[in-house]
Formats: sequence, C-alpha cells, structure tokens
Amino acid sequence: MKSDIVYPLNIGPVHPAFKEPIKFTFRIEGEQVAGVDIDFGYTHRGIEKIALERNYIQIIYLLERVCGICSFSHPLAYCLAIEDVAEIQVPDRARYIRTIIGELERLHSHLLWTGIAAHEIGFDTLFMYTWNIREKVLDCLEEFTGNRINYGMLTIGGVRRDITPENSETITRMLEYYMELYDRASEILLDDLTLRARTEGIGILSREQAEMFCAVGPTARGSGLLKDVRIDYPVNAYYDIPWLNPISPRDIGKEPIGDVYDRMAVRVLEIKQSLNVIQFCMENLPEGDINSGEGAVKIINKLKKLEGEGIGRYEAPRGEVCHYVILDNQEHPIQLKVKAPTYSNGFTWIPMLTNIEIADIPIVIASIDPCVACADRMTFIRKDGAKERYSWDYLHQKSIQKYKRSANQ
Amino acid sequence: MVYYYRCYNVIDNNRGTYVKKINYKHLKRSLWAYHMNTGSCNACDIEILATLMPRYDAERFGIKLVGSPRHADVLLVTGTVTEKIKDKILQVYQQVPKPKLVMIIGSCGATKGVFHESYAMAGPLDTLLPVDVYVPGCPPRPEAIIYGVAKAWEKLEEL
Ligand code: SF4
Repeated sequence: MKSDIVYPLNIGPVHPAFKEPIKFTFRIEGEQVAGVDIDFGYTHRGIEKIALERNYIQIIYLLERVCGICSFSHPLAYCLAIEDVAEIQVPDRARYIRTIIGELERLHSHLLWTGIAAHEIGFDTLFMYTWNIREKVLDCLEEFTGNRINYGMLTIGGVRRDITPENSETITRMLEYYMELYDRASEILLDDLTLRARTEGIGILSREQAEMFCAVGPTARGSGLLKDVRIDYPVNAYYDIPWLNPISPRDIGKEPIGDVYDRMAVRVLEIKQSLNVIQFCMENLPEGDINSGEGAVKIINKLKKLEGEGIGRYEAPRGEVCHYVILDNQEHPIQLKVKAPTYSNGFTWIPMLTNIEIADIPIVIASIDPCVACADRMTFIRKDGAKERYSWDYLHQKSIQKYKRSANQ
Repeated sequence: MVYYYRCYNVIDNNRGTYVKKINYKHLKRSLWAYHMNTGSCNACDIEILATLMPRYDAERFGIKLVGSPRHADVLLVTGTVTEKIKDKILQVYQQVPKPKLVMIIGSCGATKGVFHESYAMAGPLDTLLPVDVYVPGCPPRPEAIIYGVAKAWEKLEEL
C-alpha cells in the first residue's frame, strides 16, 4: 500500500536477518520501499594490503580467508593469475582435481544458500533439511582435503593432495546419495506452494538491468543472461566438458523474468550440473603428477625473478571472481586486486528492492547470495570522518597522472 | 536446593571492580546465544550454524540462537574486530543483560590470527571486553564449539 508518509527504516549493521554486518537505509512509503542506500565496509580487513607483505605461498592461505564459503575460488583465481605471469603449466591431474574441489564447493555453497533462503521466509524445516544433507559434501571434502571449510589444497602450479582410491570411493558414494535425493529436494524447492508464493514475482531484475549493473553468476543467469566464466573463459578441466552450458530457468521450461524464484531455480539446477561435472571428472581423471614437485622455497625463488602482470578468472558459486597481480622482482607482489562477485551483484539490489513490501526485504536481499566479507575490499578512511565522493573527472585525471609518472620514469 | 540459591561476588575483569551478587542460577540450564559477526570471513559463522543443525544438534542441550542481544545469555563473537564495527560490538555487549558470558569463536577474534598486521583492526576482542571462553581454530570444528560451550558451563559451576 502506498501512502503519503515517507519515513526512513534502518536495518543493520547488526541485524538477525543478515549473518554479516551490512547497513541498509530504506525510504519507506506506507508498506512499500521507495529507495535504498547501502553502507558497506564493516568487515573490511585490509587483505589486499596485508598480501603485499607476505610471500607468494603465504598469500594463498590468506586469500582463503577472504570468504569462508568461497575459500577455494579466491585462492584459485590468485593461483591462475600467478600461473598466467609465470607461464606455469598445471599438470592434467591437478586440473581435474581443482575442478572437482571447485564443484564440491559450489555444491555446498548452493545447499547453504537454499537453507538460508528458506530461513529468511520462515520455512525452518527446509533450512534444517538442506543443512543436514549438506554435511555429506563437507564430510567428503574433509576426508580428502583435511578440513571442512578452509581446505588449503592449492599451491602454485597444482594441488597439494592427491585423490586416493578410498577418496574416490567416498566421492562416488556421495554422488549416489545426492543423485537419489535430488529429485525429492528439487521438488520441494521448485514446486512447493509456500515457496512459490513467497518467491514468484518479487525482487525483479530485468535482463537490461542485469546487463547495466554487470550482474554475474546465478543473479545474471536468473535474469536470462547466459554468462558463465566456466564456459566463456574455461580454466581447469572445463575445456574438456563439451556438454557444459550456462544454466537458465528455461531449462525447466520457464521464461526468465529475473525474480527470486528464477534465481533459486538456477541454483537448484546448478546443483545437478555440479554433480554431473564431478562425475565426469571422476570418470576421466588422468594419471600423473599433481604439482610441479617443487617446494615452496623454489617456487618463491622462481617468482622473485619475474616481472609482469596477470589475471585469473574463475566462476565462484556466486559469480565471477577475478584476481589481478603485478610482480616486480620481489618476494611479494607489488599489487593485488580482488574483485569478488558481490561487488557487481550488490548494485542490483537497488532495482530489486525498489517497490517491494517490507516483509519481502530479507528474502530479496538474500536472493543474490551476498557475501559481504568478499565485497569489503577497499575504503577510504579520513581522520575527520568526512565523507568524500570522487567524481569521474577526478578519477580520470588521477589515472592520467599516474600513467604520465610511470611513463617518465 | 542450596545449589540454586548460591550467590557470589565476582570481579568484572573489564573494570577491575566488584560486581555484587550476580546470581548464576538462571544460567545453569539453557544457554541462549546471540551471534555477532565482527568482521569474520564467514567460515566461523557457518560452523556455528552447522553446530545447531541436525547432525550436531546443539539445540538438544538447550543452546539456541536468539535474534536480539537482550534475550541472550552468551555473546558468540566471530571475527577480528574491525575499526568500523568496534562501537557496535561495545553497544551490543551493553545490551546483553547480566549475567553474561562472552565466547570468541575462531582464532582471529582471539589473536587477530591471519590478519595480524592489518591496519583496519581494533581488536583482538579481549582488549575491549572481558572474554570467558576462547574456541581456537580457523575455523573450529562444530565439536570444538560444543566443547567450548561445555567449558562455559564448567566455568559457571566454579563461580
Ligand atoms: S578464525 Fe579463521 S575461519 Fe574464523 S572468521 Fe577468522 S579467519 Fe575466518
């Protein structure tokens, strides 16, 4: 209901609806949201700056802690960036193992999201159900990486642990378990009347808006944009999988309109896709080395003598993560930039949240699967606390100055 | 029944003064927890939730997450305390009714952990608040979190 009275509504930074600190200021007209302002930065830990004081191997473990849910995607993007500069070839077996862990991570992340989304609309039974079945994939990850969340599996030029025959048995059993459950779970998630009533037609992000705000990952695919870094810029074993396609709600016979239901459908279908990819990789796992066999010291010594810049891109469960590094004959990179998916997706909140009812705010916010810990990368802090806005011209001029300086040197 | 009516003087180690007659009898059974994220990487947060899920099922001990600090007995804090959230954690701590316990989940709340040389840190938390139980690990396993809660109970028995 619209009314003439406009009032602000502050949610956050500490609020039970979000698991992470983020602040929303809504402008409410009656029951409807008329505008929204978002304040990030509560979990800013300065990781990009810390990384410049650590060596190349230590950074991998630091970047795992950018986000505990994408704790494989971030270090993987970094390793790809370094391998891009140093032109390191990753052995085939390592590429496949990386793919398997990446997909296991996607599986656990999507199950986790489904639970959170169910919780946000008050469907706690489903929350318990999905988190219970999620334990299976965590068990599997634990058995073969040694940890439930931060795996520590990656190294530059490969992976650190191999898949033993016992591990592959566990993975096969896990796949069977999920394949059996999938039909039932997808029926609950996609056909349940309560869920449909709460998710259909709200939080709409049209295709044009998704393009305009550079949405990535399931948020973009839910609006009908067919973009997926795994297919557009394949890394790891994704070259070898011919049937891999970006998921869209059309796969269940629904024209995408970009509402919460579509985004949920994309994630549910991606669970199936991940299971298929893992199965493919297990069946075609090549023999051979899992890394270059060089120790950390040797790798660092090699990278110490290099100059150049590299980019690593990978499709994390929430969308594209992109890492950019500059090396300059030093024991540590001289620049590291992390671009997390919530950077791009955060802005899509604005069209989604406008003109919805107050009661739908939590589920719409959760629908992009926000990860605030990923997005809080850089803030300007001034001692006097004054807010400062950099205009486009100012930034443009700054960049010209910078390039002039480096050209003169 | 004496057990239920024991009252003690304890030192509030934040201010170093006596806080008179805090009655811990209400805390003997179900601990209600309020979870606050002060700049963690989410891993510890999802492990706390996993602790409450059917596999580990901490709710059978009466441990429950509540939506407001005013309903809580225990403050579960995850993450290093960043500069921007410092005021908020102090406010939330004030809102928890006495008697209260503070538990740190994860190494980075206790020692800043992997982010130790960061410029954006106001922590570790025990420089700001009195902390009762530390659960180390990056992230700690759900078993460790349950063990930490058991330790909190033990601590209450001793008081
Ligand atoms: S202790 Fe480790 S896992 Fe937990 S929040 Fe801190 S960095 Fe993340």
